[in-house]
Amino acid sequence: MSLNWKYQESFADRHIGPDEKELHGMLKTVGVGSLDELIDQTVPAAIRSKEPLKMVAPWSEHDALAVLETIAAKNQLFRSFIGMGYYDTQTPNVILRNIFQNPGWYTQYTPYQAEIAQGRLEALLNFQTMVMDLTGLEVANASLLDEGTAAAEAMALALHVKGDESGGAFFVSEACHPQTLDVVRTRAQPLGLEVVVGDHRTVDLGARKFFGALVQYPATDGVVHDYRAFGEKVHAAGGLFIVATDLLALTMLTPPGEFGADVAVGSAQRFGVPMGYGGPHAAFFATKNAYTRVMPGRIIGVSEDAQGRRALRMALQTREQHIRREKATSNICTAQVLLAIMAGMYAVYHGPRGLKSIAERVHGLTVLLARGLTKLGYGANYENVFDTLRVETAPPHIRGILSAAEAKGMNFRRIDERAIGLSLDEATRPADVEAILSVFAGGKPLGFTLEELGKDLQSTIPEGLRRTSPYLTHQVFNSYHSETEMLRYIRRLESRDLSLTHSMIPLGSCTMKLNATAEMIPVTWPQFGKLHPFAPSSQAAGYKVLFDQLEQMLASLTGFAGVSLQPNAGSQGEYAGLLVIRAYHQNRGQGHRDVCLIPSSAHGTNPATAVMAGYQVVVVKCDESGNIDLADLRAKADEHKDKLAALMVTYPSTHGVFEEEIKEICAAVHERGGQVYMDGANLNAQVGLTSPAAIGADVCHINLHKTFCIPHGGGGPGMGPICVASHLVKFLPGHSVITTGGSESIGAVSAAPWGSASILVISWMYIAMMGAEGLTKATKMAILNANYIAERLQQHYPVLYRGKRGRVAHECIVDLRHLKKTAGIEVEDVAKRLMDYGFHAPTVSFPVAGTLMIEPTESESKAELDRLCDALIAIRGEIRDIEEGKAPKDNNVLKNAPHTARVMMAPEWNRPYSREQAAFPAPWVTEHKFWPAVGRLNNVLGDRKLVCSCPPIEDYMSPEPSKAA
Amino acid sequence: MAGNIPQNLKYTKEHEWARIEGNRVVVGVTQHAQEALGDVVYVELPKVGSTVSAGKQFGVIESTKAVSDLFAPLSGKVVKVNEALTNNPQTVNSDPYGAGWIIELEPSDSKELAGLMDATAYGNLLKNA
Repeated sequence: MSLNWKYQESFADRHIGPDEKELHGMLKTVGVGSLDELIDQTVPAAIRSKEPLKMVAPWSEHDALAVLETIAAKNQLFRSFIGMGYYDTQTPNVILRNIFQNPGWYTQYTPYQAEIAQGRLEALLNFQTMVMDLTGLEVANASLLDEGTAAAEAMALALHVKGDESGGAFFVSEACHPQTLDVVRTRAQPLGLEVVVGDHRTVDLGARKFFGALVQYPATDGVVHDYRAFGEKVHAAGGLFIVATDLLALTMLTPPGEFGADVAVGSAQRFGVPMGYGGPHAAFFATKNAYTRVMPGRIIGVSEDAQGRRALRMALQTREQHIRREKATSNICTAQVLLAIMAGMYAVYHGPRGLKSIAERVHGLTVLLARGLTKLGYGANYENVFDTLRVETAPPHIRGILSAAEAKGMNFRRIDERAIGLSLDEATRPADVEAILSVFAGGKPLGFTLEELGKDLQSTIPEGLRRTSPYLTHQVFNSYHSETEMLRYIRRLESRDLSLTHSMIPLGSCTMKLNATAEMIPVTWPQFGKLHPFAPSSQAAGYKVLFDQLEQMLASLTGFAGVSLQPNAGSQGEYAGLLVIRAYHQNRGQGHRDVCLIPSSAHGTNPATAVMAGYQVVVVKCDESGNIDLADLRAKADEHKDKLAALMVTYPSTHGVFEEEIKEICAAVHERGGQVYMDGANLNAQVGLTSPAAIGADVCHINLHKTFCIPHGGGGPGMGPICVASHLVKFLPGHSVITTGGSESIGAVSAAPWGSASILVISWMYIAMMGAEGLTKATKMAILNANYIAERLQQHYPVLYRGKRGRVAHECIVDLRHLKKTAGIEVEDVAKRLMDYGFHAPTVSFPVAGTLMIEPTESESKAELDRLCDALIAIRGEIRDIEEGKAPKDNNVLKNAPHTARVMMAPEWNRPYSREQAAFPAPWVTEHKFWPAVGRLNNVLGDRKLVCSCPPIEDYMSPEPSKAA
Repeated sequence: MAGNIPQNLKYTKEHEWARIEGNRVVVGVTQHAQEALGDVVYVELPKVGSTVSAGKQFGVIESTKAVSDLFAPLSGKVVKVNEALTNNPQTVNSDPYGAGWIIELEPSDSKELAGLMDATAYGNLLKNA
């Protein structure tokens, strides 16, 4: 044998689905001699990158992990007593391994296809029920991005229901977390809203029109205020009363819903989700029934399936921006599903008694600490606290205390020149209290023991603010407290959901590619998970290396000069990008520019975001082939020449085509003084072949959860960093607690300085393991896979929109509209029938109603693509049977899809097709059948009678259908 | 599709109808509108006593597929709203010109009537759409 020195395991070969053999056959089907020939036919020459990507050579999985380990080791793990909305927590291991680290939970898509998503829908309903119970409010959504943006959304809701033409003022208590105030200010500014910051006890709400007020409960410095009188004042002034709060504290405190709050927001992080140097975490949002239909984010509701059985679904989807566009009240698309599920499961695991025990320990240790501090001579008001103390001391002393704490591996919060903040949490032990006291004692003996200190310990929560109402009484929070039961409950829900562990999820515009195990492993390393986002930067040296390297990678991929990792989702990236453009114009004395051009084909988030950023939306027409109508663009740009601020454009287009004229389009905007924002949703078709800079854009966002492998988590987390050209760098988002961003920053768009920092390791791993060549090949293969599908399907369905030389980009649109006439079949019927074949439907009715948009990504093998094509072709045959009168129009395999096991096993079978046809229509299904948990959802019922909490227990005990099957 | 366009009503291009009853005007959405919307699940009604202006939004109608604004055919004061729609929004689908009415107005400017279409004009609008 010869010694194989050079062999290195190639990750790219594992990431990319088709191997060399499959590639050959696919090229033949597509009708090209080589992959490069296809790319030349697809990507316009004018925008092709002249130089190949430059990156360090790719590492194998194990090598990359080893390198990342050395980076992680630079982070220092201190005990954090900083608080401010981020607390150490103990993730139950059964949740850590079986949800957080489990691809069966993290690789699913948002639960639009409810019949194959009942597991996470139930888990999210648990989350909503938990939030409603603990806040004492009537309705809650399925989570938002972070506490800061949740507070800003609450302000927007208040403006919507209580504001008038003049907008008005919004009060924010100075006792709110500073990062929350920061995000609220950023959001208020472009809308021309005045944010008044002050003391809720002294503010005069009669001075002007206040449409809402926000307070923190407990306050950022720990005080538990009685807000009853203030709430009445807010209502008397005609505003909404909004309370930012803490779920753990609410197990002991009177909930906001019982003292007049209209909205409660906060973070569910401390319910078992690691701090992760800022995220990802699930924020919550609860309100009164009256405001349900203007509540931001996704809401899970209860409905029935076709057989009349209880079934869950996302409710009120029409409120989302893809329908409401510039009239939407929020641009929020995604939630933080995975993290909301973890937090909900934490409550399922601990139950009301377990949670209360945790809270009582945290509170007890806090009281103990307060007593000790008093004994040591640190006087302050330690009454009315839950878990946080404000310790008053003199300025020269503070620095000494903070550095003594650091020397002992602890971080305290420096509130200001005269005060230190101490927040205790689930991980705090008596020894920690002793260590803290020892720091305050200057290292001298305390002179007392904790046992002595703890004698006759009394809660300091005032009588009138102690919680008396029950919570989490539902059976789901009182059943799974042994690990065996919990494990089985988690597994039971997981088995109802179709994830990438079962089959491809061919969602157009969503890029459901492989989320490799090696990319996921570091997410739960404590060196990344246990850092508080406001820890001194000297302790986060590893994160700094990670951010710097990832920023460099993303800058070189997009051709831009600067990057902000702060935006927590694509929608937030759009928002940050438009604010950067706004700041640029203002900086040049062109602040009057407020027109944003948006093509009619744009994703609905674009117009919703533009309105939030203070722009006036002007829609540009598209021609018949789905491209931007250049003449109309020029005409609109001319018409608004003096006011033109920006164009938002998706590239390749939302129709999945590389538009030839993109450079002319961008130039037309620049010539008239505008800037170009590129929506990066389709970046997976660009990497290595062209770039946002090459097409002429000034800013873009990147959906790291699409192109760069962060899993969709069943509807979050995501990340939407922005990349900008050099003239925009100085406006990049900043932060009020940690220094970051541009010199003339637009302010914060997220609560944490680097958004959901801990999942950035996923994208770092992906890029490091793929290298320049692997990334470029992935793009080419994504384009090949899409063209292969288009080629295989075109004899069976019209494939809409192709480029000049007949090629689609990385996705293709299959037209089903004619089938309504010929067979009475709608796109939804095909989507549901695909479930019987074991597939998740492609994107339904976007960007064109009545069509399916298929995006296979590079990660799917030819074998899997063939299965999907075979399924769609077989379904076309089933439709032909209807067209030819062989199957009735209203009672066929499509209209009755999906078919559940229960329906199959019913003693009577009187349908005009066989059971085999119904449930086993293809050979692979007989090998491995995925059974939809429920039949077709009744959408009408669910939206008419909205139920957003766990249904009463009788529903579980008598699961008999309300009407005959 | 256009099917049912009663002769005695006036129409807007946003597919609302107006029925003049003395000094009052009853407003709803047309058969075409309810068909296009699909199953109506919610109607957001204005407050009785509030004023609306011709061509401006006065409410929202929501189906499982879409959300549409409702536009006032005439300016005036809202004197009645169809509370029954709160519990039975589907009445808009089943009886758009009858029990599915949405609001009743006291118009402030009778000249605005001239700006509305008659059944023939509305029928043509649908044909050419």
